[in-house]
Amino acid sequence: MTVTQAAPPLATAPETLEAPARRKRSTNSRKWLEIALFAGPALIVFVAFVILPVALAAVYSLYNWNGLGPLDRFIGIANYQRALSDPLFLQAIGNNITIVVASILVQGPLAIAVALLLNRRLRGRGIIRALIFVPYVLAEVIAGLSWKLLLSPRGGVNALLEAVGLEHLTRPWLADPDIALWVMFGILTWKYLGFAILLMLAGLQGVPQELHEAAAIDGANWWQTQWRITLPLLGPTIRIWIFLSMIGSLQLFDMVWVTTKGGPVGATNTMAVYMIQYGQGQYGYGSAIAVILFVISLAVALVYQRFAMRRDLAGAVTSGVR
Amino acid sequence: MNRSRYTRAAALGATATLALGLAACSSGGDDGDGVTITWWHNATSDPLQGLWADVAAEFEADHPGVTVEVTGYQNEDLQRTLIPNALQSGDAPDLFMVWPGGEVRSQAEAGHLMDLTDVAADTIDEIGNAVMPWQVDGAQYAIPYAFGATGIWYNKQLFEQAGIEETPETLSELEDAVADLKEIGVAPIAVGAGDLWPAGHWWYQFAISSCSTETLQTAIPELDFSDPCWVEAGERLEDFLAIEPFNEGFLATPAQTGADSSNGLIANGNAAMEFMGPWNAGTIGSLTTDGEVPEWLGWFPFPSIEGAEGDPGIIMGGGDGFGISADAPEETVELLQYIMSEDVQRRFAETGAGIPTHPGAADAVADENLAASAQALAEASYVQLWLDSALGPAFGGPLNQSIVNIFAGSGTPEDVVATLEQTADAQ
Repeated sequence: MTVTQAAPPLATAPETLEAPARRKRSTNSRKWLEIALFAGPALIVFVAFVILPVALAAVYSLYNWNGLGPLDRFIGIANYQRALSDPLFLQAIGNNITIVVASILVQGPLAIAVALLLNRRLRGRGIIRALIFVPYVLAEVIAGLSWKLLLSPRGGVNALLEAVGLEHLTRPWLADPDIALWVMFGILTWKYLGFAILLMLAGLQGVPQELHEAAAIDGANWWQTQWRITLPLLGPTIRIWIFLSMIGSLQLFDMVWVTTKGGPVGATNTMAVYMIQYGQGQYGYGSAIAVILFVISLAVALVYQRFAMRRDLAGAVTSGVR
Repeated sequence: MNRSRYTRAAALGATATLALGLAACSSGGDDGDGVTITWWHNATSDPLQGLWADVAAEFEADHPGVTVEVTGYQNEDLQRTLIPNALQSGDAPDLFMVWPGGEVRSQAEAGHLMDLTDVAADTIDEIGNAVMPWQVDGAQYAIPYAFGATGIWYNKQLFEQAGIEETPETLSELEDAVADLKEIGVAPIAVGAGDLWPAGHWWYQFAISSCSTETLQTAIPELDFSDPCWVEAGERLEDFLAIEPFNEGFLATPAQTGADSSNGLIANGNAAMEFMGPWNAGTIGSLTTDGEVPEWLGWFPFPSIEGAEGDPGIIMGGGDGFGISADAPEETVELLQYIMSEDVQRRFAETGAGIPTHPGAADAVADENLAASAQALAEASYVQLWLDSALGPAFGGPLNQSIVNIFAGSGTPEDVVATLEQTADAQ
């Protein structure tokens, strides 16, 4: 939030190299050596383990390949055609989008509200903050298995409902295709709300107390202060949270895999889960799914950064606050 | 100034270390005179894990200079991820689990497996017919150490309570049993459709009961599903589903994990029957309170279906074999032959982990249910490999999903055949 110091120019333009002779040139080559030494290792690792696999996946996706023999059955875009005409995969994309939208609409306001509450002086604030953060700290597999057990037909949730006389509400939560996606969304909200609240709380620390005081002197009430001062200044935090949430929702895999494996009948399938289930033994097809997932995520990320986060990335808002 | 020099030196050091580290990854393997055999199997708990460790130690003792590195991995991780990756990377283990049917075919065709036809001819002869699912175009690429039939595991006490005196021999008797079990308030049959394949096995069974043996023998290798019997299989499954024989919430029920899995429902007496492979006694046993295989657990072969075209003597099953990497040291063949020897096979039988393939070990099967399963297998007129194994790794996911769609009422018998045809076209 507050680190806005401009980076020093990394290299001067080539024209300036010629005139002022040797000394400058040697400084420049030293600079390049330094850059190469510092950035080199990271760059090598990044190219070898990120760029190269992405490029290879794009190549594999054009082949019919079972992962064992040589890559020799080129089939063009047939894998993509097959994926985009498979209703199950289209359903998985739809589920991803549903989770993206629902996360922003439900988790965002909820996280801001809780963060505002916890930002005030109240008894036991530290404990409440810690408790809210616990689900996020819990390992995905442990949380997923716990929910799976709780939500099974003979599990804890149904037992609880029966015990308090709400038998008519009991149901096989994760086995009913009509509600499974929303139950899954509930689990995801439980799991990730703590992270959103933590981000919002951190953002709230950056809102200067003076502005609240000034607003109070001007006669603004609590709602006006939140609406006109806190929320606009929280904007960068909200936008970065939306970004993280969208990418996480698009790439959602582990929680779904542990609790439902994408079932029942694809109701909670996501692109990543589909990729694992259908990429087994047909790695060309699996690679095509991976490329589609990558392209969708990249497009969302670029468009969002270009239009929603432009000001944040340029430091406009933060420099104004400073 | 000094400080930045240190920083630079440190960065240089880090780079060098990284480069060395990467280089070190590519070396390793054989060290010196001795031969090292790596062996990957799927036993992650005793008694089987202990047995394989003993076998490796005994082999080392008999063959000075040979080291056997034996490791057990979780079954699906091993077959679906670790072995394919290792084969593709060119750094394969020497001895590893190979599934029959489509998997052994694709690995052999890619040149990853050693042809055992001549080098292990004696062992292949001793084992007999059980080796056939691991042959590709007449050549033997792996040898099974276990082979078992899928059948219905049931709770004898619940059958007694429900007044069922004899195990069902026909589908209509099975349907009557389902009705009787509903009367006493238990789930008649548990199925882990959440894991897909356990539901798949029901359709496979209806398919092998609906299709003639000739159809099975031609349709599977040729991937030709035009015979109407493949649609009939789904129709029979739909009819069976109409009596609602399965446990509540079966669409999200896993097969083997926890009290709410289909195994757990059997172990706790909440469900009476489960259609499963030979490993089921062990996995049910691990979910009971005392960790023992319950005494009331029984086994019977899947009932025959009246009026169906399939051979009534047919039985469905599968097994686990070991294959050898194409570039493994020659001692690996000896190790495989030792694993397949009558002595080791008898000890395998005594663990109760499965049904041995060596005929000389058949009488060492101590578990009553496994013995019944082994006998049914021996008496069967034709043994059909589980269809997902027979068809190959690419079929499992799509086929089983389309079958689960029938279970959920959102798919049709025709959809399953369409899925089979589409997957076949993509091969």
